Formats: sequence, structure tokens, C-alpha cells
Amino acid sequence: MPKRVLMQGNEACVEGAIAAGMRFFAGYPITPSTEVAESSAVRLPQVGGHFVQMEDEIASIACAIGASTAGVKAMTATSGPGFSLKQENLGYACLAEIPLVVVDVQRSGPSTGLPTSPSQGDVMMSRWGTHGDHPIIVISPASVKETYELAARCFNLAEKYRQPVIFLMDEIIGHLREGVEIPESVEIIDRPTVENPTPKLPAYHVEPGQYVPAMAPFGHGQRYNISGLFSNEKGFPTNSNEITDQKMQRIMHKISDNYDDIVEVEQKYMDDAEVAVFCYGGTTRAAITAVEEARAKGIKAGLFRPVTIWPFAEKELEPVTKKVKKIVVAEHNYGQLLYEVERIAKGACKIDFIGKVDGTIITPDEILAKIEEE
Amino acid sequence: MAKVNMEGVAPKTAQVSDLIWKYMRPENMPHIWCPGCGNGIILREVAQAVENLGIDRNKLMIVSGIGCSSRAAGYIDANTLHTTHGRAIAFATGIKIANPELEVIVLTGDGDASAIGGNHLIHACRRNIGLTVVVMNNSIYGMTGGQYSPTTPTGEFGTTAPYGNIDRDFDIAGLAIGAGATYAARGSVYHVPQTVKLIENGIKHKGFSIIDVADICPTYYGRKNKKGSAVNMMQWQKDNSVTVEKAKNMTEEELKGKLVIGLLKEESYPEYTEEYQKIIDRFAKGAK
Repeated sequence: MPKRVLMQGNEACVEGAIAAGMRFFAGYPITPSTEVAESSAVRLPQVGGHFVQMEDEIASIACAIGASTAGVKAMTATSGPGFSLKQENLGYACLAEIPLVVVDVQRSGPSTGLPTSPSQGDVMMSRWGTHGDHPIIVISPASVKETYELAARCFNLAEKYRQPVIFLMDEIIGHLREGVEIPESVEIIDRPTVENPTPKLPAYHVEPGQYVPAMAPFGHGQRYNISGLFSNEKGFPTNSNEITDQKMQRIMHKISDNYDDIVEVEQKYMDDAEVAVFCYGGTTRAAITAVEEARAKGIKAGLFRPVTIWPFAEKELEPVTKKVKKIVVAEHNYGQLLYEVERIAKGACKIDFIGKVDGTIITPDEILAKIEEE
Repeated sequence: MAKVNMEGVAPKTAQVSDLIWKYMRPENMPHIWCPGCGNGIILREVAQAVENLGIDRNKLMIVSGIGCSSRAAGYIDANTLHTTHGRAIAFATGIKIANPELEVIVLTGDGDASAIGGNHLIHACRRNIGLTVVVMNNSIYGMTGGQYSPTTPTGEFGTTAPYGNIDRDFDIAGLAIGAGATYAARGSVYHVPQTVKLIENGIKHKGFSIIDVADICPTYYGRKNKKGSAVNMMQWQKDNSVTVEKAKNMTEEELKGKLVIGLLKEESYPEYTEEYQKIIDRFAKGAK
């Protein structure tokens, strides 16, 4: 029987992660994500896993990457300022193809900002924060229950594609307490590995038809190198432009070619909608109320919500922009995914924006007013 | 406290060529280091220590950061992780906790370990986690072309200290001892047998160990400071080194400009991963 419990978003993140096999967490205290570390510290030893509080944010992600190279499913969590600090090593994990989940419980920025206030100001940083072109997967939950389920999904995607996945939470969901039905089990995907590895086996060799290398964790006999430099199949650094291009193409395509597997969108009341509210994460809750109130008033409103933030849900959004008269983009920032919506719409419909950067929550009334605006 | 006898040390010494074929990845040679660089000697010192201890290479984990020193990892036929600048110890911490069976050795430089990575160094010392850190300490940023580092002596020159370095220099081994390292030693590229023994004992030591190895960089540090050739720089190490034992009877004045070689500290303290295992044993479901 599924168990029903009262749980905070940050706690649900840890429980979902453990259900998916997370056995290592390295972190550093920062509001509003601290409970992710606290819950991990309590729960991991109970399941035979390890928690370590590192000396800083950079060490935390480095430590988690290290654990992952040894074959353990690992996570780190932070908020705005800490997410800035983690960016370099995030890029390392992207290039070296090391499965990892990075939780960012967003808070108001820039700088120290408003540490306890909601924000969605890290959306673009989650896509482009680390230097250089790189693939990324970013997922954003809108309820505590979803936080549990999607934390598990983050691990599965990280393992399947040997790719860091960013779980982009926000203060609204991180600190929210809701009743959650804990499923008896969740789907678990493990990274591709090799049986009986030998030192001769090039660790980064990718079989035709596959997107990622099947490599053994460190310590299992394969004896390969991992580097943050562009490297050959053995993991040894190279200056070859040809190998560099092949590697870049492959790591970008492993995400873009698997768009349908990775991108998830929630659409509500969209069948006959004339006005769509575009939102994600914690903002979704006010948006649903606004859409339902608009419907009660006879306005054909609908909700379009990307669950996967990056890659951007362009396939699903594009037909919507041709169907509706107007899209109201509601996000807790100065306009970030707004630009993506405009890029896809290409002027096909009117786009209104409601963004808040004062630390307060966008209310249903504010969204409703935008829906009603001519 | 185990003492290293620095007089007449004669550990088992394999032929260098045997070590190359056994522990290196010849397909990745030639290495990138300049003629006269001491890094190859330190690489050999590490390989010799591993050979003497008979460590299974499948369980040997080499972690490095960024800089000339850190290219060493790729040349060693083991599990090797070439990480980001300054972060090798933090990556290594994750690996050691995730799989304590691995023998984890961190190869790093003076800038990597004590400037950009200084925070990780002191906290690894404090945690007493079972890593062995070998510092290739050449007192300069070599990879980027000769900028002064935290171990460039005051008054000396680098491309970013064109008028002489006004910073005070770090004693990395001393810093580690101050931060709680339970094993700290200093070797050099001249004192090969002694340094091999110090690394060997560092690997055997339960908990965190650091071997600060005085390295030579004739290309940048040597040239900027008129230290002569690689041979001259090694001659300097020979002429200006004193053993820890001898240094104990010398005054601060007498020790000025001297390289103190040997075991600086060794003490027993619970190791981090073993302590964490006790928590797991107590709180894991089904545990008594």
C-alpha cells in the first residue's frame, strides 16, 4: 500500500532521490536548500549511504562527482550563490559525462539577494551557467509529490545519458509542506557499464547506435583516465580538432536526439484555449487557480507548463502559439523563459508577461488580470 | 611514532625502465614537461613507492588538479582522474568515501594545492581522510608561464612579480600540520630514495598524509631567478638540505634558506571513512 505522509519539498527531494538509488550526498549549508542536506545526513546512513558536509560549494560538487566516478549515485544541493560557485565543475561533469544530480532551490538574487524569498531567477544560469557550449537537462517540480517523483526521474536521466541533471526547485516548493503519497517503488535506471572490463577497453568508446559510453566505475579493472580536457576514447587529452568535434557533436546530440524521452510538458484546459498561461515550478500553483477562475468567468484559458525546462519544450509550444490569441508568461524573474516563448512564437500570437522580482509570490489575481487584459 | 632513518636509506629500487613499462602508459608519451623538469622524478618516486608496497593497480586511484603537476595522472596506468584547478582533493574525498578500498593518491602542485585549492587541503587535513597528497612544489606557476605562486620566496621573481615578490611564502607541509594533518613529510627531487620512503610511509599511514616534494622548474623559476640549469638546481637541493633530525639542533638563523627533509609529523587519529562506517553500522536498517 502506498504510504501517505506530510512532507516538505526539500525532504521529498531526498526521499525520491534515495528511492532512485542515491547513496551519496555532498553539500554545504545554504538557505533555502539546507533541508536537502539535513535530510540526507539523517537518511543516507540508514540506507548504507554516505553524507558529507564539505568546506564549500565547489568542494561539494567536486566530491559528488568523485563519488559518481566510483560508481555511486550522487547528488549535491544548493541555492543561488552556491549554484554560481558550482558552475565550473558542472561543466566538468558535462564534458567528462559523469552522472550527477545538482539541486538548486532558487532564491531571490543577484548576490545574496533575499535568501528566504521565492525566485526563478536561475533559469538561464541553469542552461548557460558553466562556460562553453554544453548539453544540459533541467527539471522543475510544481508540488511536493512531484518533487519526490521528479527527483527520481533526474537520477534516471543522469544515469541513462551520463549527464549532470539540474533539479531546479524554488523556495515555494522547497519549503512547502503537503501530503504526499509515497509510491511503493519507482523506476530505476542504472548507467551503462561493462562486464569484466579490461585495461585495454577504451572507456569512452561508444558502440554504434548508442549515445553514451559503457564504462566501468573506477576500481573495477578498466584503468582509464577521465579529464576535463577534450580527450580521446581512452580518456587521454588530445588537441585533435576532429576528435574534439566528434565529442562535442555526440554529447550535444545525446540530449537533442532524445528530446521526446527527456522533455515533459503538462497542459491543462488547452484543447479549446484562446489564452494560455505559460508557467513552471512553484508559479504553476497560482496559474492553475487563475486559469480555473478565468474559465468560471467564461474565458477559454489554459495552462502550458514545461516540466522539463531544458531542453526547451519547443515542439509542444510551437503549435500552441499558432492556436491561441495570447500567451501570458508568468515567472518569478525579470523575464527569462519569456525570450524562449517569443523565439518559438515568432510573432504568431500576443505575448504578455508577468514577472515579480520583489520577493513576493505572484498571485492568482495578478495572473487573472493579465488573462483578462485586452 | 615510526621514524624514517634518513642516513643510509637503501630501499628496494627497481630499474626506472621497469617502472615505466609497469606503471606508465607509454602510448601517452612523450610527456609534456620541459627538459630538466623535476616532475618526472616525482612521478618515478610515486611509482617506486607503489611498487614497493605491491599495490594492485586496479585499486590504485590517482587524482590530480590542473597545472604541470597534474598532467602526471594521465601517464600512470591506474584509475586516473584529472580534475579542475585546485579541486583534486575534493574529488578524491568523494572517491575515498564512496569506495574506501581504493588507495587514493593526489598529485598536485604548489598553486593547485595551496592557492586555489588551499581550502580543500586544510579541510582534508582536519577530516583525516585516508588520502595521500604528493605536492610537486616548484614554487612557480609553470603551465601558464612563470607567475609567482604561494611558495615563491619573498624577494624572488616571476612574470607577475617583475619587481620582486612582496608576499610571504607558504610552508605547505607546515600549513598541513597546522590544519591537523596526521602525517607530513618533505622530500625533494634530489633525495630520491628518502622521498620514495616518505611517500611509501605516507601511503601506509592510516588517515591523511602529505608529502611536500621540493621540485625544480629550470624553465621558469630557474630562469627568472638565475638559478642556473636543472643540475645546478639539484645541486642547490643537495648543498642546502638538512635532515629533520639535524634541524632539531639548529637555530632559526641557521635554518634560514635551508630545505628540511624528512618526516615532520606522524600521529595516530581515527580515519574519516572508518568513523563514518561506524555511523552506518549503528543506524542502517537491520543494524544491531
